[in-house]
Amino acid sequence: MPDRVPLVPVVIAAIGAALFALPLAGLLWRAPWASAWDVLGTEASRDALRLSLVTSLSATGIAIVLGVPLAWVQARVEYPGKRLVRALTILPMVLPPVVGGVALLLALGRRGLVGGPLDSIGVHLPFTTAGAVVAETFVAMPFLVLTLEAAFRSSDLRLEDAARSLGAGRLRVFRTITLPMVRPSFIAGAVLCWARALGEFGATITFAGNLQGTTQTLPLFVYIKLEGSSPDAAIILSLVLLAVSLVVLVSLRDHWLVLR
Amino acid sequence: MTLTAQIHVALEQFTLDAELSVASGQTIALVGPNGAGKTTMLHAIAGLRALTSGRIELDGVVLDEPSRGVYVPPERRPVGVVFQDNLLFPHLSAVDNVAYGLRARGIGRSQARTTATGWLERVGLERHAAARPHQLSGGQAQRVALARALATEPAVLLLDEPLAALDATTRNEVRRDLRRHLSTFAGVRVLITHDPIDAAVLADHVIVLDDGEVAQTGSPEEITRHPRTRWVADLAGTNLFGGVASADRHVALDEGGVLVSADEVTPGRVFAVVHPRAVAIHRSRPEGSPRNTWPGRVTAVERLGDRFRVQIDGQPSIVAEVTSGAVQEVGLTDGADVWVAVKATEIDVYPA
Repeated sequence: MPDRVPLVPVVIAAIGAALFALPLAGLLWRAPWASAWDVLGTEASRDALRLSLVTSLSATGIAIVLGVPLAWVQARVEYPGKRLVRALTILPMVLPPVVGGVALLLALGRRGLVGGPLDSIGVHLPFTTAGAVVAETFVAMPFLVLTLEAAFRSSDLRLEDAARSLGAGRLRVFRTITLPMVRPSFIAGAVLCWARALGEFGATITFAGNLQGTTQTLPLFVYIKLEGSSPDAAIILSLVLLAVSLVVLVSLRDHWLVLR
Repeated sequence: MTLTAQIHVALEQFTLDAELSVASGQTIALVGPNGAGKTTMLHAIAGLRALTSGRIELDGVVLDEPSRGVYVPPERRPVGVVFQDNLLFPHLSAVDNVAYGLRARGIGRSQARTTATGWLERVGLERHAAARPHQLSGGQAQRVALARALATEPAVLLLDEPLAALDATTRNEVRRDLRRHLSTFAGVRVLITHDPIDAAVLADHVIVLDDGEVAQTGSPEEITRHPRTRWVADLAGTNLFGGVASADRHVALDEGGVLVSADEVTPGRVFAVVHPRAVAIHRSRPEGSPRNTWPGRVTAVERLGDRFRVQIDGQPSIVAEVTSGAVQEVGLTDGADVWVAVKATEIDVYPA
């Protein structure tokens, strides 16, 4: 006789799963489908959409430029203080984003550690679009770095030896062997990084403020509209963000949804 | 053209101290147990491992000499390597694998592909040009790896266990191919193997490495006939004893026991070799010749085709190879007490 599945954990599991499912159901149920196009057509929401795309893609780009070498160094170079750097890299993932925003303000603000000198050469980050990009990069880059570092660590160094023995210099080896070997992880890391940047709220509003067309990204717009004039717009744009999340999830399914 | 190398590499747990000299058209085999330093030696020649001290020189050009601060990186050495497990680039097709070295030398894509296709033709794989490495059989991958190493027309070809990953049937076939390709390669050839057949078929000269040092050098025949390490003797399937010879042809063995040879023997440290087929096993003490007879106990009986290899513990311990008839006649089973006899004419003694 086959074992009967015990009831208690199944019920608790169902409640747990419902905790994830119910909010989504609520969102879909309350969505003002009829006015969706009108909402998406308003200037403020189009500003927020456009700004979110620009800032999140810029943040991803910066994360790639800075994060790929960082991940490579962390995976391949032994140096004192490496563990400290690793801890710093992971920190933004566990740090409350609003604390990140405060910290960025104190470092890069007008009277901040680096902000003062930056200010004197005409670079102003707080309450600018560039500031929003910096806040998003700060919060999102760890996703790229960690994913890539693991991939660099597990890739076969002997293939790089083989390439060098065939006459390829270090840069060529990196471009033609190392990077293609970690391509799946690179794509996954970049997509995760972008998704995190797109949803960034706490650090952005703290460091960059909430100025329409300049720093008011989608999540900020949703929050403001829900509290104020137009909850319908908040719901519709929430659905937009939800759709993006689902697309990301499905596109990375081989990476995250399959237990190996 | 000649490759000469005095290689000293000091690692945390291991030191390699070895030298070699190979002329073009010659194949040298590096043999030895795992961890003997074969791959480290190959990597030093390829530039993938820098010397701690010593010197590597190819035809008058110094490739590595730490005392003078000379080190040519691997990408600028005229050295082609066929790696263990082939190490084909998994994301590139066969033809692009072969073209890789040409592209790295600045040759345009289409010309590199044309040349690479020519190399694939030479190894009989032009029809697999578009295949990815995982679509190739072990033997095919090995040939692509060889073509890739040869395509840049190096002066030195290094092969690290090129046949190790293959199954027994493919092995013979690929070994034959490899022999043909090696003979058409005009440069210096260095081959790592742990298979005495590979060494015998492919190499002109053998260097036996043991624990980071050269234990023996010579032709494949010399090495197997007069081994100097237990490892080679085991591979060659012979019994090797170290000992001290006295003027009356008696050899006192290090592990106990005495062997008497029929040949003249130079007194001093010697090796003595006994082929397992020359070892006779008796149920009781044999009559007649009292020399080279000693008691022992059977510890293992292993079938080898139509013959049996019998491991006998005694002074000295020895391996015998006997017919199945003898096994039944003498009643050879584990734990049986027997007498071992070896004719003095079958004991080959040479200076250590």
